[in-house]
Amino acid sequence: MRLIKNVGVWFDQRLQLSTPIRETMEHPVPRQTASWAYVFGSAALTVLGLQLVTGILLALLYVPSAGEAWNSLQILNHQVTLGWFIRALHGWGSNFMIAIVLIHMVQVFLFGAYKFPRELTWIVGVLLLLMTLGMAFTGQVLRFDQDAYWGLGIGASISSRVPVLGPRIVSLLLGGPIIGGATLSRFFALHVFVIPGSLIAFVGLHLLLVLKLGINEWPMPGRIVRRATYVSEYHELTRTDGIPFVPGAVAKDLFFSGFILLSIAVCAVYFGPFGPSGQPDPTIIQTAPRPDYFFLWLYAVLSLLPPSLETPALLIGPVIALAVLLALPFVSGEGEKSWTRRPIAVLTILLLAVALGTFTHLADYAPWSPVMDAWSGEPIPAQYLKGRTALERHGALVFQAKQCHNCHALGGAGGDRGPELDRIAVELTPDQLIRQVIQGGGNMPAYGKNLSPAETTALVAFLETLHPAGQAPAREASSAARFGVRP
Amino acid sequence: MTSPDDLSRRGMLMKLGLLFNGAIGAVLAVPILRYLLSPVIRQRNAGYQSWLALGQLDQFPAGQTRLTTYRHPSANPSDGETANIPCWVRNVDDKTFQVFAINCAHLGCPVRWFPQSGLFMCPCHGGAYYEDGSRASGPPERGLFEYHYKIEHGKLLIQPGEMPTAGAPTARLINISLGRPPCA
Repeated sequence: MRLIKNVGVWFDQRLQLSTPIRETMEHPVPRQTASWAYVFGSAALTVLGLQLVTGILLALLYVPSAGEAWNSLQILNHQVTLGWFIRALHGWGSNFMIAIVLIHMVQVFLFGAYKFPRELTWIVGVLLLLMTLGMAFTGQVLRFDQDAYWGLGIGASISSRVPVLGPRIVSLLLGGPIIGGATLSRFFALHVFVIPGSLIAFVGLHLLLVLKLGINEWPMPGRIVRRATYVSEYHELTRTDGIPFVPGAVAKDLFFSGFILLSIAVCAVYFGPFGPSGQPDPTIIQTAPRPDYFFLWLYAVLSLLPPSLETPALLIGPVIALAVLLALPFVSGEGEKSWTRRPIAVLTILLLAVALGTFTHLADYAPWSPVMDAWSGEPIPAQYLKGRTALERHGALVFQAKQCHNCHALGGAGGDRGPELDRIAVELTPDQLIRQVIQGGGNMPAYGKNLSPAETTALVAFLETLHPAGQAPAREASSAARFGVRP
Repeated sequence: MTSPDDLSRRGMLMKLGLLFNGAIGAVLAVPILRYLLSPVIRQRNAGYQSWLALGQLDQFPAGQTRLTTYRHPSANPSDGETANIPCWVRNVDDKTFQVFAINCAHLGCPVRWFPQSGLFMCPCHGGAYYEDGSRASGPPERGLFEYHYKIEHGKLLIQPGEMPTAGAPTARLINISLGRPPCA
């Protein structure tokens, strides 16, 4: 014991760090901040540590070359002892990181922590969020598989739409005329050196600001932030109702961080590493690229925006979002902190959560994407063929052979790109069906050139049989009267 | 021992020292920036604009659209398989050809040709194109990107160029058709 103490004294005589460290650890924080609501920042820091360690471990074996990266991931997954586990920890760590950072941001926003004098802490936090998303995207690229390859293509296509500079940005992003070795190398440099370096520096700044300005107090309805009085009021609060950060407030942080690490490890063991999916070979075109889950909402937005709005939304949307986030502490730097007195703040969070959740959910089954193999893989339900005439059955064949099934569902199977056709005969008359098939429209391609008159007749005859039992197909009123058919 | 003169001389020396470092930094910045921007600068005198043979004409039967691949001329060993670029070749009537880039004009996903329905379909956001590459439906704002081609000694040649993107189409623009499909 004595030896350890002596060694400690020897180092401290030279480093002289024990006093500032003790002061930092024991600095008083408001008693109510020792709360489960205040554990997300420290959890994000813990996960950052995990990502650094597992990232370095992966870099021991990963080969950042477009020709070798995919193979080196396979070796990590299947040949290196516990390589799969380190990959899984790193992958699940990144998912948890994004979730925790977002929750931390929501908590900070709802508790009014961005208000005076913590504006800069918020701004640094916004930059940290951007870097975290940058790490997520570049990390997805380093898992150099089909999704990474086509994801890069999507990133390049989005960048290319920047006015004037677009093509140059694409060349800089790809490092050459095509996605290749130079592209992977520069994303490796970004993911391993550039972004983590700035991330660590900005995390240091973020923590320094938290220490200098003190942790945000628990917001009380009616306790108003004023520039003139806030700092002295805060010091009064920590003096009269404060506890030392260590050990008073840190216990919950420690337990939550441990719980998060455990959850990441459990997910890593149970679900395993992410991919890699197919080889990054562009000649394998039988692929349906999907982004990782934190960019799924963007994938949905890109599918659902009207074409004319897409470029403005892609280029101006992020700028506005960033400007709003950066301007927030200056626009509402004073006033109420409590969420119970800030209904618009609460509604904004709810709206964003519902929007992001809805888009992510939609992207999960991507109703806008054709099901590319439905025409050969999904049979027409038997009840739609039983007792039909030869012409109608031939129409069913045309329906399959012309890939109608890729976009239109029958009996719940097939694409959702167009409307499902189980009751189409009730909705459109035969003439309307013929017109729709031949001329297309309403986001349907025209099939006039690719259907012979006989095929069209057969197809429409088949579509005419698609109506619920006991409900007559639609008939044009005038022709019904002319031919004496009951409308 | 410090006189005002002394101080100003030291101050002067410090400023000179800063200026010296600044000047050296500015000189060093030029090659560093040129290195960083080399993908943009190199673009101007790129060798990959030259003609490259896709294959013999008899590989592409008249009236059909076939997938073919070429090795991009810019390829180096570290590119691996990524430099094998696919494209769709449509032989209209043995004299006229169309060579389409694989990349959807929306966001670059690989389009697939369905000869039965005569459509190119994109698996990502549901873009669709007619056999001549013009837009049929979905989010793309224009038709498929098309390579320049020529025929020499019974071979089909194209100019590979860069990966086409909506903002930087390397191939000539084919007529944009928005929503108005060719009538039967």
